[in-house]
Amino acid sequence: MAATIPVLVFVALFVFFLLRLTPGDPAVLIAGDQATEAQIETIRRQLGLDRPILEQLVAWTGRILSGDLGRSVFSDMEVTRLVGMRIEPTVMLALVAIVMALAIALPLGALAALTAGSRIDRAVMAFAMLGFSSPVFVVAFLLVYVFALTLGWFPTQGYVPLADGVWACLNSLILPGMTLAMLYAALLARITRTSLLEVLSEDYVRTARAKGLMPLRVLVRHALQNAAIPIVTVVGVGIAALLGGVVVTETVFNIPGLGRLTTDAILRRDYPVVQGLILIFSGVYVLINLLVDLSYVLFDPRVRY
Amino acid sequence: MAMTDAGSRNATPLHGLVEGAGRLGAFLRANPVVATGLIVLLVVALVALLSPLLFVDPARVNPLQRLRPPSLAHPFGTDQIGRSTLSRTFNGTAISLTVGALVTAVTVAFGLLIGLVSGFVRWLDGIAMRVMDGMMAIPGVLLAIALMSLFGSGVRNVIIAIAIAEIPRMARIVRSSVLVIREQPYVEAARASGTRTPRLLLQHILPNVAAPVIVQATYVFASAMIVESVLSFLGAGTPPTIPSWGNMLAEGRAFMQRAPWMIAFPGVALALLVLTVNVLGDALRDAIDPKLARQLRA
Repeated sequence: MAATIPVLVFVALFVFFLLRLTPGDPAVLIAGDQATEAQIETIRRQLGLDRPILEQLVAWTGRILSGDLGRSVFSDMEVTRLVGMRIEPTVMLALVAIVMALAIALPLGALAALTAGSRIDRAVMAFAMLGFSSPVFVVAFLLVYVFALTLGWFPTQGYVPLADGVWACLNSLILPGMTLAMLYAALLARITRTSLLEVLSEDYVRTARAKGLMPLRVLVRHALQNAAIPIVTVVGVGIAALLGGVVVTETVFNIPGLGRLTTDAILRRDYPVVQGLILIFSGVYVLINLLVDLSYVLFDPRVRY
Repeated sequence: MAMTDAGSRNATPLHGLVEGAGRLGAFLRANPVVATGLIVLLVVALVALLSPLLFVDPARVNPLQRLRPPSLAHPFGTDQIGRSTLSRTFNGTAISLTVGALVTAVTVAFGLLIGLVSGFVRWLDGIAMRVMDGMMAIPGVLLAIALMSLFGSGVRNVIIAIAIAEIPRMARIVRSSVLVIREQPYVEAARASGTRTPRLLLQHILPNVAAPVIVQATYVFASAMIVESVLSFLGAGTPPTIPSWGNMLAEGRAFMQRAPWMIAFPGVALALLVLTVNVLGDALRDAIDPKLARQLRA
């Protein structure tokens, strides 16, 4: 837990030095092949690349700590404002995906654990393996082809903002959410099965069964709760895959979120935006994993911080 | 002991090779899934390697045969400028396998180096591991994307960018195995009998970290192929002139309704190849670590 701050400091330093230590003149790199000398000079001054590196680092650290992520080279908008404009679709998409993944993975994982070694178990694990191996855009294309183009149940692309109605918004997120949930659900189903298997052979589960508790109650109250720690840990670790998947999913489904912003920024070589987004994504990842660590207390009263 | 020692010293390299091949054969017979996975990969690699001889030039444009559905003449159909999807898909296989293999090689090399050094040089351990943790906090795909935005597109840059994102986890795995192994009695015995550190590393530590490294390497291989296609798909990977799967999927997107085969074949090929490597990895893990496998099957 105490490692959170050093990790974030490292990420910030890494992002800072990445541009400056890459071979070649960073200003030329950002300006692109067709830039004039004057344009390159402007970018150099704008990003402070003409100053000594130590001075740049101090100035940059100060700005980051005060919440200033710089300005886009392309649109001259503040990165924080750009992020603010684009954050809603991404948060909604991630939430829908996580809820879907849990709704798929927990019952399937439990089913596989309860029927360990059977055909059902093998089918669930094969499905998980398939989900785990299918690249995000392959799943996306398949879902779009079947549910949008062929059956016409959902829109092929686009995003309806929350302000235009909750149901319309959720409807526009079902296919992208499903796409993102696939990989995540596969990871979670595997870990749910494994950790449940360990717990199901414990004495207290046998006792709970012996005293005649409903099987579902034994599963949820006695087994699942004790198997929860590895599961929530994978929920946290899986956020990395989810964030990477967001970039692809938003591009495929034309959703104007942070992932799409990342792709656009990269194609335009808009480095301040790329830099800011990496910091934000990594920060979110580290913070969620911190929350996951803290949540252990909920599942295991022996854990103390 | 002395007898076997002298025996192995007298053995010719050929003898060792035969013995090694025999052990490998026995291992593969005992683990049919591993053997099948390896054979499938070898066959795919062979077809990919021979694809320039087997199929028409993937860059050959044929304006009269645009967006043709799969048929006998064009088994996988054609794209918007009449190029053969079959040729392009197999060409993409070669690119994916090359990227996967080279990323894995680079990752294993640097992962071993960093992991072994961290496990043995105490004062470096703290620094190296903080750096690795920091890098692992950046989601892999994003890190690779960021690196590509600086490096510019190209196959070599793709390999470097993906490897940089994969090295930290490998280094951590190597280091944690080294920390366990260095406390084992046989390492202590070797050290007590005056074995120098380089020899200790090569003869005693390295063979014992091989198992977790091999298993992780299969996952790196699978993940590298996915990330390569993601980078190319987003326009930050292999140059658009190269028919990699990611590029094919990006191009085919616009023709999804009219020519679904343009994305179906590279998409399915990618998923199948990744699936094969992942199944192989799981089977290897179960074979190498029977305790873990038994636990999982319970």
